Amino acid sequence: MTDTPMGDARVLPDDRPSPTTPVGDAVLSVRDLHVSFPTDDGMVKAVDGVSYDVFENEVLGIVGESGSGKSVSSMAVLGLLPPSAQITGQILYRGTDLLALREKDKLKLRGSKLAMVFQDALAALNPVFTVGGQIAEAIRIHNPDWHRAQVRERTIALLDLVGIPNPAARVDQYPHEYSGGMRQRAMIAMAISNDPDVLIADEPTTALDVTIQAQVLEVIERVQDRTNSAIILITHDLGVVAGVADRVMVMYAGRPAEIGTVDEIFYETRHPYTLGLMASLPRLDENSDGARLHRIKGQPPSLIFVPTGCPFHPRCEFARLPEPCSTEIPPLRQIDTVGHRSACHFAEDLREVGRKDLLMSAEESMAATVAEDPAHGVAE
Amino acid sequence: MLTFIVRRLAYSIPVIIIASALVFGFTRATTDPLARLAQSRDAAELLPRERHRLGLDKPLVTQYTRWAKDFVRGDWGQSFISRRDVKSEIRDKLGNTVQLIFWGILFSASIAIAVGVYSAARQYSALDYTFTGLSFLGLSMPVFWFALMAIQFLIYEPTVLFHLKQPIFLSVGLHSANDHSLVDYLRHLTLPVLTLSVQLVAGWSRYQRSSMLDVMSSDYIRTAKAKGVTRRKVLLKHGLRNALIPLTTVMAIDIGALFGGLIITEHIFAWPGMGRLFFDALLSGDTNMVLPWLMVTAVFIIGFNLLADVLYGVLDPRIRLS
Repeated sequence: MTDTPMGDARVLPDDRPSPTTPVGDAVLSVRDLHVSFPTDDGMVKAVDGVSYDVFENEVLGIVGESGSGKSVSSMAVLGLLPPSAQITGQILYRGTDLLALREKDKLKLRGSKLAMVFQDALAALNPVFTVGGQIAEAIRIHNPDWHRAQVRERTIALLDLVGIPNPAARVDQYPHEYSGGMRQRAMIAMAISNDPDVLIADEPTTALDVTIQAQVLEVIERVQDRTNSAIILITHDLGVVAGVADRVMVMYAGRPAEIGTVDEIFYETRHPYTLGLMASLPRLDENSDGARLHRIKGQPPSLIFVPTGCPFHPRCEFARLPEPCSTEIPPLRQIDTVGHRSACHFAEDLREVGRKDLLMSAEESMAATVAEDPAHGVAE
Repeated sequence: MLTFIVRRLAYSIPVIIIASALVFGFTRATTDPLARLAQSRDAAELLPRERHRLGLDKPLVTQYTRWAKDFVRGDWGQSFISRRDVKSEIRDKLGNTVQLIFWGILFSASIAIAVGVYSAARQYSALDYTFTGLSFLGLSMPVFWFALMAIQFLIYEPTVLFHLKQPIFLSVGLHSANDHSLVDYLRHLTLPVLTLSVQLVAGWSRYQRSSMLDVMSSDYIRTAKAKGVTRRKVLLKHGLRNALIPLTTVMAIDIGALFGGLIITEHIFAWPGMGRLFFDALLSGDTNMVLPWLMVTAVFIIGFNLLADVLYGVLDPRIRLS
């Protein structure tokens, strides 16, 4: 079995560590990553000090608004940022700093050990080549001595693995002949074609409808069972994170706001921004008669003029101004358990505050607005 | 794909019919086939007779249908001036022009694609700026001026400077009178091809550059890079294959228009082609020559537009199947 292309999927040891409590060496460690882009208006600090580890067989969810730096930080891992990007820090893949590698050595890792699934699969697949041809290319680059038939067999097996019906015929079709969900599966097949150690999925389900989303996520989980990859799942959808991720990093303005296991993030939230995100989720298990969803007031900050102190303070319900929130940058520090860290000066105080309190305070402020503005009250 | 071609072919037929009616109408309105006769001493006696013999006294529609029938049947008549058979005359001249176009396109396309790809790959490099400058120079330079400069600096100046017995390149016609060797042919060909290529290279390379830049910023290029494809292969396989689609159609349309000949280029280099034929026929009021000439070039333009559509379908699988 082991010499056939699909037969080499690694069998999991039964005593593998529980994914939620990572032990041992990380597959990928990002240390104090900064990425800036020079623009006419000034330096855009897209990523401003990000550190995280991803372990084997683990799904790390990275959550944040558009422009929070979640995509840029992962593009930096694959070395796909434009040459104008100024990158500092370390990206360690099994101890090797990818940022210090020569382009030639990076090429060897890219697509084999480190792979990426992109958001819009229709745009991310080359329209003039067949799906099979594009997957085969990914295989051949890293296995130049394989025979044509061997590559084709592996390609069809990969399409089968991700759940493409009739893969032997579909392999010769063009991307536009696939449905949206199938294209995303094909993207995943391409990304996993060399059993990557790290698989970065950048909003893999964003362009898909909900049923297809669920299927694609299932494929990602199935793939992980087979390959033991460390998966970084970038999304702005907390539902996706809750369903798939083991640990979560919440990003805000290019910095990590909070990092912890899914349970910690969802039930022991220790950052006001995360709390705001949670409160803005519609819930079925609560009385929703006329209740409004919470919204985080204000706009995401400009990445050129990031607010002083805590970047979230202008939008924070709990900010103590001016000191320390607008003067001191809160460090990302350990709260409660080993893996749970938050970048809030008053993270501990949030133990007493749940999302319901946030909803309450939001309702109060809403009531205040209504009282101040008679026209608003009439419209209600 | 086949139905697509057949359908496009069917669309071309009314276009050709309309073109022929316009060509006939305008030619009859602007040139009088009997203009020369009208100046002769016996004009008063000869004119009505000739007018009747040629059918010029019939209504314009009748004249058109008669002419169209003859044209389709292949009876294109004789030249008023040289008395030569129009069809064989056009065939000869077309052959000469095709030689010019063929080498011109081959040269221009390879240079333009290479320049376009390089400029896109090294956008804003010194060489990219140089190519940009040169192509604007090429686009804005009058053809006759470039041709005369080329003759001056590639034929006369080197001959004088290096005391050559013969110039390296020749500027008159296709062949020397007593030398039909390949070398002689190439010496004649170089300058007209160069002149023809200046504007083609300038235009096409700009087009290829922007098309390539457009493609290189697309998501599937990022995917290819993420797979570990080398920069060179990303550029030449994933990039170029896509960037050539729009260029090919533009080239096909441009080439169709070249069959009308290159009136100025052919004149300067005494190249016996379609452009010169038309110019001379028009000046001497040779209706019999002008009409079929216009029809032939119209068919080439329509044909190459059709080819552009078909090529688009061949190169882009998204169009091929829909």
